[in-house]
Amino acid sequence: MISLRIFAIGGLMSYRALFYWLTFWIFVPGLVVAPVFQILLFAYIGRSAQLQSDEFYVVGNAIQYAAIPALFAMSQLVAGEKFQNTLGAILVSPAPRLPLFFGRAVPVVANSVFVAAFALTAGSLILGIDIPASSIPALGLVIVVAATSCTGLGLINAALGLRIRENAVLSNAIFGFLLIFTGANIPLSELPEWMQAVSNVIPFTHSIEAARELADGQSLSSVIDLVGAELLIASVYLAAGFLLLRFFEAQGRRHATLERS
Amino acid sequence: MTRILRLIWVGWKFHVKSLTLSGFFILTSVLQPIIFASLAYLMFRIGAREGTLLYVALGAGMMGIWSSTLFGSGGAIQWQRWQGTLEYCIAVPPPFLLVVLPLTLATSTIGLYSLTATLLWGKLFFDVPLDVAHPVAFVVALPVTVIGLGLLGLILASTFIMYRNANALSNLLEYPVWLVTGLLVSLSLLPGWVGPISWVLAPTWGVSALREAAIAGNPWPEIGMCLALGAVYLVIGHFALQQFERLARERATLSLT
Repeated sequence: MISLRIFAIGGLMSYRALFYWLTFWIFVPGLVVAPVFQILLFAYIGRSAQLQSDEFYVVGNAIQYAAIPALFAMSQLVAGEKFQNTLGAILVSPAPRLPLFFGRAVPVVANSVFVAAFALTAGSLILGIDIPASSIPALGLVIVVAATSCTGLGLINAALGLRIRENAVLSNAIFGFLLIFTGANIPLSELPEWMQAVSNVIPFTHSIEAARELADGQSLSSVIDLVGAELLIASVYLAAGFLLLRFFEAQGRRHATLERS
Repeated sequence: MTRILRLIWVGWKFHVKSLTLSGFFILTSVLQPIIFASLAYLMFRIGAREGTLLYVALGAGMMGIWSSTLFGSGGAIQWQRWQGTLEYCIAVPPPFLLVVLPLTLATSTIGLYSLTATLLWGKLFFDVPLDVAHPVAFVVALPVTVIGLGLLGLILASTFIMYRNANALSNLLEYPVWLVTGLLVSLSLLPGWVGPISWVLAPTWGVSALREAAIAGNPWPEIGMCLALGAVYLVIGHFALQQFERLARERATLSLT
């Protein structure tokens, strides 16, 4: 019961605290308008290079942009607490770590889902992409899985925040890495083999591919293997993120570096 | 006049050194353009219509110059506020304009790291030819572009301060300006109404000047436009700064964070 309270109430409080500084006037430009312009930029580069259809870029970039809330909000899990000088108080508490950290991840997933869904809708309307109504529920599911998967990567990013100072730079670097390697803007088949190998084990690659097929009118059953692969990646990243957090927490205690900022 | 130029020179040197020491600023200035340049190189190389890679490299480098100007200049006055130095900057005898201008010029100068990084990255990994058709014109176009953007930064600095979340406004303007100034996308592909917007933005003329100089064209009209726009920005920035200073003194909001 205590774990459940920590998971639900702790997560909600942490998320509300995040919105203490992530106000409406920061949220809208960064998470509502920017993804639409990212879609437009790449759609027009695609037109310029005559590479792929607008739909390719709308779907790819809408889902990939879920990385911004997932990476940055999760990094605040550590960086924000460090900044407020509350990290020590949290880590000294006897609260079980699993509900403590995962409770804070759930609202981040919800936020990422909203950002990706909004970008997909707005991008489709602006560029005149026709997505079959029958595909929308399945697309919703794929977006949830994609957001969960990237939140796992965000958890790893948060853990690294216990060791490195420039977490914002790292988040930006990971975002750029995902932009290239997930096939959001370049067909995976065109990437060198070593890049394709990396693509297969990172968040978004499978969900973007599944979403593109769904947008083309395929059924959920035809992309279930891709969704399954993304879920597997999500589980691995979430587990790795949690273990890394525990490891760096222990290291931080041992070397007295928890509050280093 | 000599005193003014000396003040700008000393301030510019100080801010360039200061910004160069910021790991965040430098890493972002170098990393982000390299990522976008790599994407653009790959997209144009794979696509049916292969663009000139040097054309792409210059555009991607210019993206970095815009980003560093946007984030650096957009938050310039806010930084001074956070550091508690804004009151001193305003209280010193020289006009506030001459205190802020070197900083905004420095932020666009830092963008040269981006241009250098994308050109080297392109040369090393994508075989981008770095042969410049008109080296003299290129050497002239580069500082003129930096000055044009730095003066645009003056407007950003003096207007963003009215907005409490200047960083969010910077986030909002990064992609749209990349798009409408034709840094990676030919302006002819964009809707007609985008044209007039692009004409009043220095990056449009700056990147065009660099490309014309690099790829056998006539860059001088674009260089002239960049300078003319810079002069307009200077006048607007001057009045916007005066307005800010007057309001801040009247309302006693200089140290408001």
